Amino acid sequence: MKCRVCRGPAVIDVRRHNANFCAEHFVKLCRDQVAKAISEFNMLQPDDRVLIAVSGGKDSLALCDILDHLGYRVEGFYISLGIGEYSKESRGYVERFASQRDLPLIIDDLPIDYGFDIPHGSRAAKRAPCSACGLSKRHLFDEAARKGGYDVVATGHNLDDEAAVLMGNTLHWHTEYLGRQAPVLPAHDGFPKKVKPLVRLTERDTAAYCLLRNIDYMVEECPMAAGNRHLFYKSALNDIEVSSPGAKHSFYFGFLQRAAQHFADAAGQEMPAIRACSQCGAPCSSETCAFCRLVDRATAPVPIRMKPSRSSTKVKT
Amino acid sequence: MIVKMRNPNREVEIDRSMAVGDLLTTLDLNREAHLVIVDGQLVPRDMVLSRDSVVEIRPVISGGSL
Repeated sequence: MKCRVCRGPAVIDVRRHNANFCAEHFVKLCRDQVAKAISEFNMLQPDDRVLIAVSGGKDSLALCDILDHLGYRVEGFYISLGIGEYSKESRGYVERFASQRDLPLIIDDLPIDYGFDIPHGSRAAKRAPCSACGLSKRHLFDEAARKGGYDVVATGHNLDDEAAVLMGNTLHWHTEYLGRQAPVLPAHDGFPKKVKPLVRLTERDTAAYCLLRNIDYMVEECPMAAGNRHLFYKSALNDIEVSSPGAKHSFYFGFLQRAAQHFADAAGQEMPAIRACSQCGAPCSSETCAFCRLVDRATAPVPIRMKPSRSSTKVKT
Repeated sequence: MIVKMRNPNREVEIDRSMAVGDLLTTLDLNREAHLVIVDGQLVPRDMVLSRDSVVEIRPVISGGSL
């Protein structure tokens, strides 16, 4: 295999581009694809202060590296979710990365700051762990951006993530979600602008980018994600991709270019009025925001179920 | 060759040389969902791995909350 650019020995094939690349030109390809996404969807301005949601995984660390290389003013935001050893290890990867690259890093700790962790909190609140985790992360990213005066929150969602979400929303015809699925969510009603600069890269791309850039990332999967339906959709899409290179790209970008506009009305109809949460002041659509309700349920004292003794249940006759 | 895989961690021994692409096919692993690494270096699909190679096959798919 030879690099399409320099004809030197290639280290990776990218079948959706029908090309092979050496290390140097694959790294350049990834950076160019991110720059293209930023420009195409008007994600960032040169002087924006960008808060990057980092997890210690390949996507968020690759995103930090690429945006820093492209000259943006980036800072990292990590949330410790209290998922046992997994959270301890992932925090270590983030702290080492930030230290090596002088990346300013903000850390929130769910158990310390809010009194619950995802495994126990999701059970207490009767939510799926990924649901409680996603809700917590979205709320805390928004809050950090608001309080820190950042212009935009950037997340490491990649092409596989977006194609899997699109597949799930299409299979179930969640028209309101289809209307909102986009690589840029503009700021509105106190919510910060959110962007996904990695939408033109696959997970294989970001993992290879980290390897080639010597970025040490957390390879182990979150133990709470086992059985997550998005993993199933990703696997199905990769089976299609092997037979039809470029299928994931066509599915997602074809949707954005030719179909998303048809669901805009459905998204608009479902948008409720926004007001301030009575407890934390965050913008929300009800008296109390979903995160404060989660905190309340996750930290509520667990009632002790008293089993009546035999004598106390006797009925005197 | 010794093939180390993750999530869950396990090892497979293969007693012949073969190309990276063939190794993934033999192990029934999707090429879009895995990288093949030898001595910490990414190796291309057409590289022939010798019988005494130690190979890491790294999954690239991650899930969880989106």
